[in-house]
Amino acid sequence: MARKEYAFYPGCSSQKGASASNYLTSVQSMCKTLDIKMTEIPDWNCCGASISYAEAGDLPRHVLNARNFALAETNLPGQDIVATCAACWLGARESKERLEHNSGLLADTQTALKEAGLNIQVIPAVRHMVEVLIEDLGYDELAKPVKKPLAGMKFAGYVGCQTNRPFGINGESFENPLYLDRLIETVGGEAVPYDQKVTCCGGALAFSEPEKAQAQIKDIIEAAYDGGAEMIVTPCPLCQANVEVYQGSINKKYGTKFDIPVLYYSQLMALAYGASAKESGITGNVVRARKLEEFAGK
Amino acid sequence: MSDLNQQMAARYQNNFLKEIEEQAEMGEWVKMCMQCGLCSGSCPTHFQAGWEHPPQEIFMMIRAGKREEVLSSSSMWMCTSCYNCYVRCPRKVPVTHVMHGIAEYTYRIGLSPKQQPTQHLSKTFWDNCTRNGRVNEVKLTQTLYFKDGIVSGIKKAMEMQSVAIGLVKSGRLNLMEALGGGHKCKDIKGIHAMLEKAKELEAQHKAEKAKA
Repeated sequence: MARKEYAFYPGCSSQKGASASNYLTSVQSMCKTLDIKMTEIPDWNCCGASISYAEAGDLPRHVLNARNFALAETNLPGQDIVATCAACWLGARESKERLEHNSGLLADTQTALKEAGLNIQVIPAVRHMVEVLIEDLGYDELAKPVKKPLAGMKFAGYVGCQTNRPFGINGESFENPLYLDRLIETVGGEAVPYDQKVTCCGGALAFSEPEKAQAQIKDIIEAAYDGGAEMIVTPCPLCQANVEVYQGSINKKYGTKFDIPVLYYSQLMALAYGASAKESGITGNVVRARKLEEFAGK
Repeated sequence: MSDLNQQMAARYQNNFLKEIEEQAEMGEWVKMCMQCGLCSGSCPTHFQAGWEHPPQEIFMMIRAGKREEVLSSSSMWMCTSCYNCYVRCPRKVPVTHVMHGIAEYTYRIGLSPKQQPTQHLSKTFWDNCTRNGRVNEVKLTQTLYFKDGIVSGIKKAMEMQSVAIGLVKSGRLNLMEALGGGHKCKDIKGIHAMLEKAKELEAQHKAEKAKA
């Protein structure tokens, strides 16, 4: 039996061939080393994300999350739900709180769930992968399997919004959370001073208001360079994509020369635990992390 | 005026605050605002142009009964869901959710600005993710690019070509999704039935409130 077992909620972006599929790859490698067993919630559905509010309304959004709760509870009883995506975690956790504090909302949700042949008894805890790492294992345990410390490499720990607000990681401040820096240090890297650590990348508005979002992304990248970082690290799939894939467009518009890899914390951990470039998912980075590719090959 | 808008305007007459409290999600928090402006100073979109009214102004306008100005404003649609305002508000007003709630309400009664890009994204995203239970990223992008017609769509797609190629090369964009492949839930029928019921119940409750 594995050391820890969880009901895994990967979310739409972490599916095979989707925009954060390399996040999933690295999480699988990291969890294997740490002896964490993640069982996918059977037939899980989208959380609705933050952006669907206009068309979704209130109840349908919570019902969508409630279906995942019911499926997890039925198929993986007693296991906490673990999400790797910031928006999935936020959406599901918000629904859990709302349903637990509003009996009318819960009753309506049960009525709707019945249409899909489902029912909720107890809503499982909804947790982020980072919470599992820090709270259930702890930094010392995370450091033990490090075979190849990322010595001499400088990272800007970009926490972003939704892994930080409104819930955040217990004990961390909203304005200057330190857990990501500590994770970087745990695998032997250097966390540089970074004043845009919790700035919003524009989120979904990178699609609908690209110019405004890209102006924000520009600040986020610039500050990473200013701090002396060689790479940016984040826990959020949307932060990762937004900060990575628009560098070319920003360079064109602002005359900058951005070319900075944007990684997931789990990729750093997998690499430090001895994973190959493929296993750590760095072959899935659009802005190639050449230094890490070389490191993985050694 | 849409029927629903007319009905609401008649029902609440000169009490716009009550209308928001009863009809918009988290609207009951509006009266808690003490006009400190921390939400506005914390908003990332505040630093970019394009914002008519910051949240605390919206709150005051609601109390002042400026129905048309609030409901037809594009301001609520500027929210990036970063939750800065939410965690900083000294009165614990869930500003992010109030903004979403007002946006949803104005969209529902047909007063929101037409062609607002984030409103379009919101609808597109929900339709996309509920169709098969999971997001189809390729179709989502296609719908967004081609919302203003073919010519503009091709132009946008060309502009973003290097982004797309990068993603395809790195295995993070599956073009098969465009052809109806891609990710699906097994019990799509159940999901649709459940969501339909949820919509029905929500509409029923809102109508009951408007009658009371």
